[in-house]
Amino acid sequence: MAEEQKTKPCRFWIWALTSVFFRLILISFKGNLNLSSRPEVSTPLTSIRRLAEGYWLKQASMSPYAGSMYHGSPLLLSVLGPLTVQRIKGQPSHLLCSLVFVIADILSAMLLRGIGQKLQMAYGLNARLLGFLKSSRDKVILPCGDIAALVYLWNPFTIVSCVGLSTSPIENLAVILALYGAVTRRVPLAAFGLVMATHLSLYPATLAIPIIILLGYGLDAPPIKLFLQTRSVENEKSSTSTVSKQAKSKQTTRLPFLWKTVVHFLFWVLLWSLYVLVLCALSLNKYGGLEEMFKRTYGFILSIEDLSPNIGVFWYFFAEVFDFFRNFFLIVFHVNILFMLLPLAIRLKHRPCFLAFIYLAISSILKSYPSVGDSALYLSLWALFVNELVDMKFSFFLFCGYLGISLLSPVMHNLWIWRVSSTQIYNPTLHIIATKCSNDHNYFWIFHYRAQETQISTLETLLATRAFRSFLWLRA
Amino acid sequence: MASLVRSWIPLLVLQSFLFAIAFGSTQVEEFSEALLLKPLPDRKVLAHFHFENRAPPSNSHGRHHHLFPKAISQLVQKFRVKEMELSFTQGRWNHEHWGGFDPLSSMNAKPVGVELWAVFDVPQSQVDTSWKNLTHALSGLFCASINFLESSTSYAAPTWGFGTNSDKLRYGSLPREAVCTENLTPWLKLLPCRDKDGISALMNRPSVYRGFYHSQRLHLSTVESGQEGLGSGIVLEQSLTVVLQPDTTSIETNIQPSWSLSSLFGRKVVGRCVLANSSHVYLQLEGRLGQESKNVDTEIEAHKLWKNADFELSFKPDRVLRESSSFLFIFDIDNASDSEPFDLGLTWKVPSKWSCQQAPLHASRFLMGSGNERGAIAILLKATESQESSPVRELTDGRCTIKANVFQIFPWYIKVYYHTLQIFVDQQLKTDSEVLKKINVSPSTDKVSSGMLEIMLELPCEVKSAAISIEYDKGFLHIDEYPPDANQGFDIPSALISFPNHHASLDFQEELSKSPLISSFKEKSLVRSYTEVLLVPLTTPDFSMPYNVITITCTIFALYFGSLLNVLRRRIGEEERFLKSQG
Repeated sequence: MAEEQKTKPCRFWIWALTSVFFRLILISFKGNLNLSSRPEVSTPLTSIRRLAEGYWLKQASMSPYAGSMYHGSPLLLSVLGPLTVQRIKGQPSHLLCSLVFVIADILSAMLLRGIGQKLQMAYGLNARLLGFLKSSRDKVILPCGDIAALVYLWNPFTIVSCVGLSTSPIENLAVILALYGAVTRRVPLAAFGLVMATHLSLYPATLAIPIIILLGYGLDAPPIKLFLQTRSVENEKSSTSTVSKQAKSKQTTRLPFLWKTVVHFLFWVLLWSLYVLVLCALSLNKYGGLEEMFKRTYGFILSIEDLSPNIGVFWYFFAEVFDFFRNFFLIVFHVNILFMLLPLAIRLKHRPCFLAFIYLAISSILKSYPSVGDSALYLSLWALFVNELVDMKFSFFLFCGYLGISLLSPVMHNLWIWRVSSTQIYNPTLHIIATKCSNDHNYFWIFHYRAQETQISTLETLLATRAFRSFLWLRA
Repeated sequence: MASLVRSWIPLLVLQSFLFAIAFGSTQVEEFSEALLLKPLPDRKVLAHFHFENRAPPSNSHGRHHHLFPKAISQLVQKFRVKEMELSFTQGRWNHEHWGGFDPLSSMNAKPVGVELWAVFDVPQSQVDTSWKNLTHALSGLFCASINFLESSTSYAAPTWGFGTNSDKLRYGSLPREAVCTENLTPWLKLLPCRDKDGISALMNRPSVYRGFYHSQRLHLSTVESGQEGLGSGIVLEQSLTVVLQPDTTSIETNIQPSWSLSSLFGRKVVGRCVLANSSHVYLQLEGRLGQESKNVDTEIEAHKLWKNADFELSFKPDRVLRESSSFLFIFDIDNASDSEPFDLGLTWKVPSKWSCQQAPLHASRFLMGSGNERGAIAILLKATESQESSPVRELTDGRCTIKANVFQIFPWYIKVYYHTLQIFVDQQLKTDSEVLKKINVSPSTDKVSSGMLEIMLELPCEVKSAAISIEYDKGFLHIDEYPPDANQGFDIPSALISFPNHHASLDFQEELSKSPLISSFKEKSLVRSYTEVLLVPLTTPDFSMPYNVITITCTIFALYFGSLLNVLRRRIGEEERFLKSQG
C-alpha cells in the first residue's frame, strides 16, 4: 500500500517529464512544421506572427494596433515581443518564445494538479460524510489532480498549441491560476488570475461567478439536501428526539456565504484591474491610449471583423450573412453565452468548479475566434471530475468524434483553402469524390467544411450536455 | 459732322478697349503638336504623339478660352490641383528592348490600367476630399471607372518613395481597368483640332489598339505667375505612346522592317492643325547608327545622313540634331496638303543592330508560395548590361553605390507582415542597416485603408542581383466585397522602382527652343520603372447559398440551446432514490 503511494507520484513525474521532453524535441525540430500558421492553432488573437508584427510596428514608433494585425494585450507584447526578435544562431526562430510557452504549460499542469488534489480531498471528505466510503480506503477515489495534469500535458491540442506558438497557453495559465487561487483561497492570486485572463481574452470574465461562489461557499460538494437526508437517516436509525432533529436541520439548510472573502476578492479585482489598465496606458501612451486598446482588442473580439477560417461557427456565417442582419446576429450569438450564465449558476451553485468548467466549455464553443488551445483547457478541466464522471455515457463515441474531427479538419482545410484553385486534387484517396463533383467541387468542399464544423459544434454541445447530464445523474 | 463724330464715339471706345485687351495680356494660349517616331531594336516602331496646351496666368475665373479645354481649367480651379497625371495603359513596356534610361521611357512607361496621381494646393485636411471629388470628375470626363479610386482602400499618400516630395500628394491605380477607344475619344476632345486635322488625324483606332503597348497620358501642372492678383497658368501635356509592329513583306528576317506612316497607321498627314504654333514630326535613330558618322557640317554629309547605304528616308529632313548616341531628324509638316501628303517612310537596306540604354537595374516582381492562405511577394532587381557604362555613379564613403526607391501599395486583403521584410544582395541575406537606407511603412487597416511600403536601398555598384521579399496572409472577404468573377483573382498594383540619383535627359547639341517635346526631353527626368501587376487568387466562399449557411448555423444554435435548457430544467430524483436505496 505504502509502496503504491510512493510509486504513483513517481510515475506521474516520469510522464510529466516525458511530455516536457516531447515538447522540447518538437520545438528544436529543424524543419518547419508550419503549425504556427494553422487556423486551428493560431487565431488572429493568438498568432505569434501577428504579435511579432505588432512588436515590429511598435519598434518603428507606430501603434502596435496600426494595420489590423495585432489584437492582443500590450503587456503580452512587451513581454513576448523582444523574444520574437532574438535569435540564437543555428536554432529555429522563436525558440525563446516556445520555451516561454513550455514553461506556461508546465505551470498550468502543476496548478491543475493542485486544484485536483484539493478537489480529491473534498470529494473524499464528502463521500465519507455521506457514508459511501465506509473505510479510509482511498483506492476508489482516483487521483484526479494527477490525471488532469497529465491530460493537460499530453493532450495533442495542448502540445500543438504550445509548439505552434499560439499565445493560448498563457491565456490558459491565467484561467487556471484564477481557479487555483480560488480553490486554495488565495484571494489576491485568484483576483490576479481573473483580471489577467479577462485582459488577455475577454471571455474568462464569466469565471467571476464561479470564483465568487467558490470563495463564498467553498469547494464542490453534493447539495446540502443530501447531507441533511443522510443525517436524518442516521438520526432515524439512532432514533433521537424529533424536536432536536428539526432544530438541527433548520440550522443547516443554508450554508454560510462568506461575504467578507467575496468583498475582499472584489477589492483585489478592482486593484489588479486598475494596475493592469495603468500599465497598458503607460505602454500605449503615445499610440492612442486605452481607447485604442479596447477598440482593437475587445472591439475586435465582439464585432468579428476578421473572417479568416477557424474552428468556430462565426467566420463563415458572417462572411455569408447579409449586411442588414449582421448586427442582429452578432447580438444573438453573443447573448447566447450570457444567457446561460445565470441559470447554470443557480443550478450548480454547490459545484463551482464544475460550473467554471461548463462556462469555459460554452465559451470555447461560442467564442468568436476559438482555437484548439481553448478545447485543451476545458478537456483537462473535465479530467478534474473523473471521480464524478467515471460512468459517463457515450464517452467512446465522443472520443471518436474528437479523433475524427482532428483528422478531418486539416484535410478539409487543405482541400478548400489550400488547393481549391487547382484543377486537380492531388490526394489520390479523395480523387473519386473529387471527380464526382469536379464541376462544382468548390461548393462541395465548403459544404463539407461546414458539415465538419457542424459536427464540431454539435459534438462539443453534446459533450457539454452529456457530461452535465450524466454528472447530474451521478453526482450522488 | 459733329453728330457723325458723336455717333462714332462708342465704337471708338469699344475699339480701344478691345485693343487694350489684345495687347494688355502679352501671353496668349499656345498649342503645339509633335510626333516622334523611333525604330526599336526588336523590329517594332514607337510612335509618340505629344500635344502641349498652355494657358497663361489670368485673373478672371471661368473666362473664355481660345484653345485651352475649358473642362480642364475648371477642374484645376475647382479642386485646386497643383499637378496631376492620369494615364491609361495597356500592355507592358519592354524595358530591355525599348529602353529604360531615356526621358521617353521614364515618362511614358506606365503601369497597366489607370494610374492617377495629383498634388493639391489645399490645406492638409481637405486633400482627401479634393481627391475624391477629382476622381469623380475625371471619371465622368474620361468615361472610365476612376471613381473607384475614391475609396480610401485604393489610394495612398506616398511621402518620398514616389519621387515627388509633397504631403499633399495622392496616388492610386486601377490595374484591371480596360482601356479602349471610349477613353481615347474624350481625351482627343481636349485637343483643339480633335482628330480631324494635323498629326492627331493619324490616330486610326484599329491601328492604335493593335499595338503591343499603348499609353495615353495627361499631365497638367499649374505655373505660378508670380504677379499679384494674377492667377496661375496651366500647362496641359497630352501624349499617346504606341508601340507598333510594322507589316513586313521582306523575306530576310535579319533586316529591320521598313515602314511608312501609311503602313503603320493606314493614314497620312495631310496638313497641320492650323491652331498649332508648331507641328513637327521627329524621327529618332539610336545607337550604332548615330555613332558611325560624326560630322554633319556640310550639306553632302547631311544628305548622306538620311540617304545612305544603311537606310533611306522618303523625305528630306528639315534639320538634323545630334545627341551623344542618337540622331534626331526633324520634319516640318507645313507643306503637307491633300495633293501632297506627308508620308514619312524608312527603308532599311542592310541588317543593323543596336541596343537601347537601360536603367541601372531591371525590376521584376513575382509571387511566392502556394495555396490560398498565405504567400510572399518578391521584387527582384537585376543588373543590366548598361550598368557598367552608366555615367552616373555616386560615391558614398568611397564606395560606389546605386540608390533605388521601391514604392508599393498593398490592398488591405493582402495582409503584409512588415517584420518579414528580407533583403538579399547577390543571394545573401543582408541585415537592414547594410543596404536599407530609409523605410516608411503605413500598414493597411481592414476595409478602411490600403497599406504602403516605401524603401530606399543603397546597393553597391557591382551588385548582380538584389531581391526584396515580404510575406503576407490573404484576407477573407465578405460575400458582398467580391467583385464579379471573383475566381479570377485580385490584382496587386505595380510597384514603382525609381533611381533617385539617375536622371535621364537627351542633350541635343543644337538649341531648339521652340519645340516643347525637345525641351521636355532636355529636362532631367527621374529614371523609374514599373513592375508587373500581380494576380492573387483569394479563397471564394459559396456565393449561391447564404440561406443554407444561415439555417444550418441557426439549427446548431437551436440544438445547443435546446439541449442545455432541457438539462437545466430536469429534476433529479435519482439522487434521493439512490440514497434511499443506500439507506
